[in-house]
Amino acid sequence: MNIIVVGLSHKTAPVEIRERVAFAPTAMEKPLREMLALPAINEGVIVSTCNRVELYATSRDAAAAIMQLRGFMAGFHNLAPEELESHLYDLQGEEAIKHVFRVASSLDSMVIGEPQILGQIKTAYGYATEFKTAGLILNRFLHKAFSVAKRVRTETNIASNAVSVSFAAVELARKIFGTIDNKTVLLIGAGEMCELAARHFVNNGVSSVMVTNRTYERAVKLAEEFKGRAVHFEEFAESLHQADIVLTSTGAPNYVLGAKKVEEVIRRRKNKPMFFIDIAVPRDIDPKVNDIPNVYLYDVDDLQGVVQANLKERQKEARKAEAIIEQEIGQFYKWLGSLDVVPTIVSLRKKLEEIRRAELEKTFANLKDLGPKERKSIEALTGAIINKVLHEPTTVLKQSQNNGTGDGYVDAVRVLFGLNAPVEELEPLDEQAAE
Amino acid sequence: MSVNILLFKITLILYFVATVLYIIDIITRRDQVGKAARWVLAGGFAVHCATLITRYLEAGYTPVANLHESLSFFAWTLVGIYLLFDLRYRITVLGAFSCPLALTLMIVGSAAPKTVKTLSPALDSWWFPVHVTLAFLGNAVFTVAAVAGVLYLIQERMLKSKKFSTLYYRLPSLETLDSINYKCLTFGFPLMTMGIISGAAWANSAWGGYWRWDPKETWALITWFLYAALLHGRLTVGWRGRRAAIFAIIGFLCLLFTFLGVNLLLSDLHSFKAMEGR
Repeated sequence: MNIIVVGLSHKTAPVEIRERVAFAPTAMEKPLREMLALPAINEGVIVSTCNRVELYATSRDAAAAIMQLRGFMAGFHNLAPEELESHLYDLQGEEAIKHVFRVASSLDSMVIGEPQILGQIKTAYGYATEFKTAGLILNRFLHKAFSVAKRVRTETNIASNAVSVSFAAVELARKIFGTIDNKTVLLIGAGEMCELAARHFVNNGVSSVMVTNRTYERAVKLAEEFKGRAVHFEEFAESLHQADIVLTSTGAPNYVLGAKKVEEVIRRRKNKPMFFIDIAVPRDIDPKVNDIPNVYLYDVDDLQGVVQANLKERQKEARKAEAIIEQEIGQFYKWLGSLDVVPTIVSLRKKLEEIRRAELEKTFANLKDLGPKERKSIEALTGAIINKVLHEPTTVLKQSQNNGTGDGYVDAVRVLFGLNAPVEELEPLDEQAAE
Repeated sequence: MSVNILLFKITLILYFVATVLYIIDIITRRDQVGKAARWVLAGGFAVHCATLITRYLEAGYTPVANLHESLSFFAWTLVGIYLLFDLRYRITVLGAFSCPLALTLMIVGSAAPKTVKTLSPALDSWWFPVHVTLAFLGNAVFTVAAVAGVLYLIQERMLKSKKFSTLYYRLPSLETLDSINYKCLTFGFPLMTMGIISGAAWANSAWGGYWRWDPKETWALITWFLYAALLHGRLTVGWRGRRAAIFAIIGFLCLLFTFLGVNLLLSDLHSFKAMEGR
């Protein structure tokens, strides 16, 4: 059985293409059922996010499956196949497994290590289980992908550093103050960026907020939102010493804070550190402020620089994650190889058991004089014959899965005994029955 | 090879392994490696305890009467104090800087003559273990303070220059490093003070005078004043951060000179020769 991936992502398709092939989360039943109706497809899952649309499927005929999935992707969205041709990629076998593990672990994301993708794949998988389009293999496969993603998150620091400007500011504050729980933030100006950054600080535990703005009413309004207090713009310098973190974005043409003033404030604070975040362009705070001991000043570019450094750090961690994925691929691939043999043995046994039952019933119907003891003996005899007959083929099949000839044997057995039922009609995998 | 020397070598090997693990932890940021380093170091410390006990039984006095013993004892107090800090703060990177220091002390100590000497009868009193234990504990605490100071300066430099190396991600917050500096000062200063006082009492019982201005005593006093100034600055003027970190490093250099430089270059009463019995 092959695992197949057909899809496109931000790496291969621009947003105008991606939005045309996206599947609406509220209407997943139709595409999933249509996908499963394709002749070469045994199981299917559709992952559709703003950055990627991918079809995961299993099939006995990989080439045909890929063709049909490409056609389905275009056809379902009423596009000509050639429109998508250059944007679509297709993967099978180990490559497909690796790809899905990488996607789930957020190594293929626009921002490496972002946590959303795993949830999105889980949602996609949820639809597939709801509409019963994921069978034995995709169930196991996606659960494995989730556990690999979890391993990557716990064993590497891939998601541990901020990659947004606002959150980078919060992290820097933590590097300076340790905890920001009992700290006070002063907002100078009430711009959108400032508000967003302040919200991040509040959500991460900052205890009190002061707001100042040239328009006092605006300051009051914003202070109410943060359950803080408003300060008149003319008087904010007097309250400056109470603030540990200062966020500015006033739109003033000149500096609203100079080094001299900040030096005074630091003296008044007995050298307790201060963290200034200047989001304004042109800047609100004189860059010389950064030279004052125990004072840290970051402007927008500095924060961007931090984000870049964090991204680089994530790239380093991604290398560790790749190593984890390589380990896991091998394990899963081995299981996939063994998988085909086990259900085959199970269905073979099931089939022979059905024949035995049917023949016993016929025989018992004709031999009405048999006592319970004799019946038991005949049942045991027929059971023993089946076990003896099956012993050798079962052993050969199990050995064949380890030396790479499994597929051939499985195919032969399936054809010889007419076992080619669709996968989802198989009973749950019962390893013991195969013994 | 005596049991004591064998244990000493095992300790040295374990400290070496722990140092390597700590460095790997900093470079790769693998928490499991950091944990392994901690356990190896704790194991090394346990063996080190056994080393000192066997040495004590062999010599019959607290084993700090020659350079080999002193360095080993200093390393032991340093690792012990670091492990205590580690219980409270769990800062692996502090170990990555403290552990190599302990290892260096052990390596230098292993090169020094290891013969057990008899102790001069005048010095053979219970003041001896009290004085050296207090002095060395103080030294160890101040060593951790200096390490935290170095880390503070590195981290502060990165935050000021806005250029981050891998170490940035491994280092704790400035606040944490500064509070380690302060904690070390509040523990180390009384230890050092009691060390000096017990030394004076011991001098009085051995030679009939509390203070003789031998170079070691003088330097210890200089160092004590330095730390007193830092403590005063912290409590009254609000010294903290960079200044406190630099002070802690200068203090440590003074300590090192008091402990080694004076012994090897200047000392009379505190030289290891003076400790030997005739």
